[in-house]
Amino acid sequence: MTPELIIDKIKNRFPDNILSTKVEFGEGTVSIKRGSLLDVCRFLHDDPELYFDFITDICSVDFIGHEERFEVVYHFYSVRHNHRIRIKARAPEKDAVIDSLCPIWKGANWLEREVYDLMGINFIGHPDMRRILMPEDFAGHPLRKDYPTEGRGERSTFDFIPDID
Amino acid sequence: MGILERQFEENVLTTTVDAMVNWARKSSIWPMTFGLACCAIEMMAITVPRYDIARLGAEVFRATPRQSDLMIVAGTLTRKMASVLRQVYDQMPEPRYVIAMGTCATSGGIFNTYSVVQGVDQIVPVDVFVPGCPPRPEALIHGIITLQKKIEQQKFLRK
Repeated sequence: MTPELIIDKIKNRFPDNILSTKVEFGEGTVSIKRGSLLDVCRFLHDDPELYFDFITDICSVDFIGHEERFEVVYHFYSVRHNHRIRIKARAPEKDAVIDSLCPIWKGANWLEREVYDLMGINFIGHPDMRRILMPEDFAGHPLRKDYPTEGRGERSTFDFIPDID
Repeated sequence: MGILERQFEENVLTTTVDAMVNWARKSSIWPMTFGLACCAIEMMAITVPRYDIARLGAEVFRATPRQSDLMIVAGTLTRKMASVLRQVYDQMPEPRYVIAMGTCATSGGIFNTYSVVQGVDQIVPVDVFVPGCPPRPEALIHGIITLQKKIEQQKFLRK
């Protein structure tokens, strides 16, 4: 299916939950309301014509200063039909949570952990919401735009060096 | 050596303990693999016949710190890996030596970021720094020769 057909299908199924759609460079993008993410994704996964059986990646964007500060970007791919779609949903800073897609795609597990680790977005319903890249005792979420590039001194504090002298 | 001249049987050499022990130590520096990034590729290259670290008695790369004398920290050390590096260093038997290979291990290099340790000398004592990004195998061999010269100067019975 072409991106336009996929977008039309989603629009017909969820007319009230689509914020905007876009087709650029042959790639379709759909911005949806945060609350409808699970329903839309369940539809993408289960519908026989769409059949998005593979979650390629989950990204997150920090629009610092905006009211809806964080945006989570999902990339889906259908191995059976060889077509792709991109879904976006936004969350405000005070309530930076979004539904987890682990019940639909098990592959979302580590991707969501990465987003949580580096951007600090919580995923409701995730079975194992822990850091995946940074050390477990790390404080903060380093890919946020208000986090200093050089860190806050974590890189030069070492609690494991034995006190020999 | 005048008094000792011709006082022993044949095939006896006189030397100092320091010189003999240091000769033995410098002639067989077994390195440990601690490849962290692209520098590790250059570190592997020093063992091949083209560069042939066997000439220095250092060709036996060990996969365990308990059999190694030298740790070549080859690559970018992240904060998460730092505790592992220290633990591995602590498991090495003395005398132990450390070469910081490349700009990342020396100073963090281009990675002036929250996750990269700005020089492994904050974690372990470093004997030789080898600059380069990554250093060519010749540079690392020069680092090992420099370490050998350093070992020659050591005194271990009296300080």
